[in-house]
Amino acid sequence: MKPNTEYTRRDWSSHPPYIVPDYKSTLLRGPTKPLVPLPHGLSELTGPVFGHDSVGPLDHDLTRNGVRNGEPLGERIIVTGRVMDEAGRPVPHSLIEVWQANAAGRYIHRWDQHDAPLDPNFFGGGRTVTDAEGRYRFVTIKPGAYPWGNHHNAWRPNHIHFSLFGPSFVTRLVTQMYFPGDPLLAFDPIYQGIPEKSRERLVSRFSLDVTEPMQALGYEFDIVLRGPRATPTHED
Amino acid sequence: MPEQTPSQTVGPYFAYGLVPESYGRPGIAGGRIGDERSPGERIVVTGRVIDGAGNPVIDSLVEVWQADAEGRYDHPADGRGADFHGFARVGTDGSGAFRIETIKPGQVAGADARPQAPHLNVTVFARGLPDHAYTRIYFGDEAEANAADMVLNLVEPARRGTLVARREDTAGGPVYRFDIHLQGDAETVFFDA
Repeated sequence: MKPNTEYTRRDWSSHPPYIVPDYKSTLLRGPTKPLVPLPHGLSELTGPVFGHDSVGPLDHDLTRNGVRNGEPLGERIIVTGRVMDEAGRPVPHSLIEVWQANAAGRYIHRWDQHDAPLDPNFFGGGRTVTDAEGRYRFVTIKPGAYPWGNHHNAWRPNHIHFSLFGPSFVTRLVTQMYFPGDPLLAFDPIYQGIPEKSRERLVSRFSLDVTEPMQALGYEFDIVLRGPRATPTHED
Repeated sequence: MPEQTPSQTVGPYFAYGLVPESYGRPGIAGGRIGDERSPGERIVVTGRVIDGAGNPVIDSLVEVWQADAEGRYDHPADGRGADFHGFARVGTDGSGAFRIETIKPGQVAGADARPQAPHLNVTVFARGLPDHAYTRIYFGDEAEANAADMVLNLVEPARRGTLVARREDTAGGPVYRFDIHLQGDAETVFFDA
């Protein structure tokens, strides 16, 4: 069987380089040799598909999916947006996973030793599947900033980690969503490692339309994945 | 036209989000592909993720996507119907090691429509990797198919060996060893897929 399409390439003018000197962990981890361009066959045009059977009824609501004996502490927020490809077409029925620190800037992860409280009612992980128009929605708590050991006085801006598959193995993306007006963005080498022209794409927009009265502030965050390129391959 | 959303590191604390089983939550995939009913040769693929100083990368995540023993992918773009969902996801342990129990994949057509050597498609994520890294795992006991493989032939000969797992036959069955070197003299070949 012969594939009749291929995906757009990773746009390296939009993504960070593998080695960002100010982000110290990259120095010994980022590959140094040129990547080998890979033609797209079935191995690249296929990828894992996860549907609604992969998510539970509370998976999208991080204010409820970790509750033991009360409400999680912090500022309740709604995060919503659209997943699309580079032609603006929706990416429907596609899994999104998120994880984040609690309101005090503490991850539930057993390695996180930050001296900030754990919230017994907040797990900090969730999942959902985009709808037919590529839309998704999470309810959560605004994550706090937290210190990390990269440099003197290093603090990560508030952020939510996002993991997406899209329709193929090559559309896979892991990224982070930031919040508008965060003063730490200017000092964060992970965020600053992104080429300047594309940094703002990771900053969500506050939206009063998404905000719900007496309930939660709303943020919008759209995500653009690589899309199919209508380039038929030639017969031998 | 909208432009691609930039990648960011998975960070050190992805485990409870992406491989949450040890936090008492169900995950979407673990370290096993197929089950006892899946046709094909049952194998283990294991190795370590290693940084440029030769140290284990204990906070990385490895994802594998593969065809079944007949070379079919469980995806609409294939359409032949696979015997299993060919996806695994594991975090590395305190020694930087990962372990995947699976079925040896069959041959699948490449971009030139000719059969490729059996391989696993691999994505590596880690703290300190702003973008994930793509590679492939080929099998050391497939010398003839590997020599004819279109993708391996795109790689300079001196580096092809970094893509080939070494087979060991153990009492528990075949084990393929494949270390992923993010940097260094033995830096694994990574692809712009």
